[in-house]
Amino acid sequence: MALKGNLRDFSITQLLNLINLARKTGTLTVERSSERADLCFREGKLVYASLGNQHNRLDQILLKAGRLTTEQTRLIQAQVNATDDKELGLWLINAGYVTQKDILQSVRQHMLEIVYQLFTWTDGKFRFEPNQLPPPERITVPIGLENVIIEGTRRMKEWEQLQDELPDLDMALRFTDRPGTSLRNISLSIEEWRVISFINPRNTIRQIAQATNMSEFQIRKIVYGMLQAGLVELVRPEGREVAPPSRGGERREAPLPPPAQRPPAVKRSVVMRLIDRIKQL
Amino acid sequence: MGKVQTVKMVVTGPFAAGKTQFIQTISEIEVVSTERKISSESERIKERTTVAMDFGRITVDEDLVLYLFGTPGQKRFDFMWEILSEGMLGFIVLIDSVRPETFREARNILDTFRAYAPTPYVVAANKQDMEDAWSVEDLRIALRIEDGVKVLPCVATDRESVKRVLLELLYSILERMDAEEAESE
Repeated sequence: MALKGNLRDFSITQLLNLINLARKTGTLTVERSSERADLCFREGKLVYASLGNQHNRLDQILLKAGRLTTEQTRLIQAQVNATDDKELGLWLINAGYVTQKDILQSVRQHMLEIVYQLFTWTDGKFRFEPNQLPPPERITVPIGLENVIIEGTRRMKEWEQLQDELPDLDMALRFTDRPGTSLRNISLSIEEWRVISFINPRNTIRQIAQATNMSEFQIRKIVYGMLQAGLVELVRPEGREVAPPSRGGERREAPLPPPAQRPPAVKRSVVMRLIDRIKQL
Repeated sequence: MGKVQTVKMVVTGPFAAGKTQFIQTISEIEVVSTERKISSESERIKERTTVAMDFGRITVDEDLVLYLFGTPGQKRFDFMWEILSEGMLGFIVLIDSVRPETFREARNILDTFRAYAPTPYVVAANKQDMEDAWSVEDLRIALRIEDGVKVLPCVATDRESVKRVLLELLYSILERMDAEEAESE
């Protein structure tokens, strides 16, 4: 009989602990509103993870991990008509795009990101189907659960703190008028630069997370760091009524519009003002 | 708090073409950059290079700000280019006029950015104050730049020179707007 319940009553930490101790084999599915996560286990080890609203294809995982560029991904999708990740992986190795080690590390990281994200879910229905394993075309990587549980619990505490510090992801960001001089030698990660390139009073933090394919935890952590460094400040998004701050990481039912990938058509008068200003410099 | 409109321009070009200097010369804020010591022997032309991007700012007034984003020059960071090109009003391709070995790469960068976004651009031939600098006319031929595209002399350490390049790009943007307006009528 399948294990069924709600995370409100039996947390993800408890579930993973049970699977680990009982050395279970099967698939744990967790669902909340429109989101769904599937974790597959073999003899108590995590071997595969997928999140319903994320791209789980191998080339997308490698793109996110920085092992492939956008251009390479486009070329690969045009050249290889493989829905089988193992077949695609072999092709990528033979074509010299990546090594086997790159693939295993990227898949492992992808799986861990999903499972750590689940630690932030405090509500959601779950069921465990014994002996159900991932489709054979998927790449599996065995990961012991002890360290996952320890790290997940640590992140859960960090998540709670970040939610207190930055409760509303529907706020926007803008660069501060005068960053501190210490920023001269600032050292930011690629992910942080990705966020910076989307900072604009029109883009909410949630939209930036969607555009950069980051989890709420990741975007909160990055934005909190930038706020602390005095690089950016929170502002109400332009042209939008902002709902009162919500707690507990609740998601809106209605999907938000896509992030502003391009600025709205710039008027001639704006260009003229830029010209006048540069002439004065 | 009033609405602030931000517009973005990108400064791109090969490794060591002077992109960081270009932005530093005109930015009103201290340029935020991620320069690091060069690790590769083949790229040890200068001591430090941009590994992600730079950005500088020019405030027009209380509700309009121009941001200048500089791209990393080293090829292994080219995955950042597409990210940086998002939403740009126009871009500048900076060329090192004294290093012909970088011209082919400059052409490739130009083609790549043109593919990312159909926005106006200009080519700025940097280091024109140096004795061995190729002339803008020769550079136009060497890089196969179309006649309609401006190739401008530039010295990235000279504020007036940088201003001229930015102004020429803005004039190109205006010309494009006029042409599009005429087409729609």
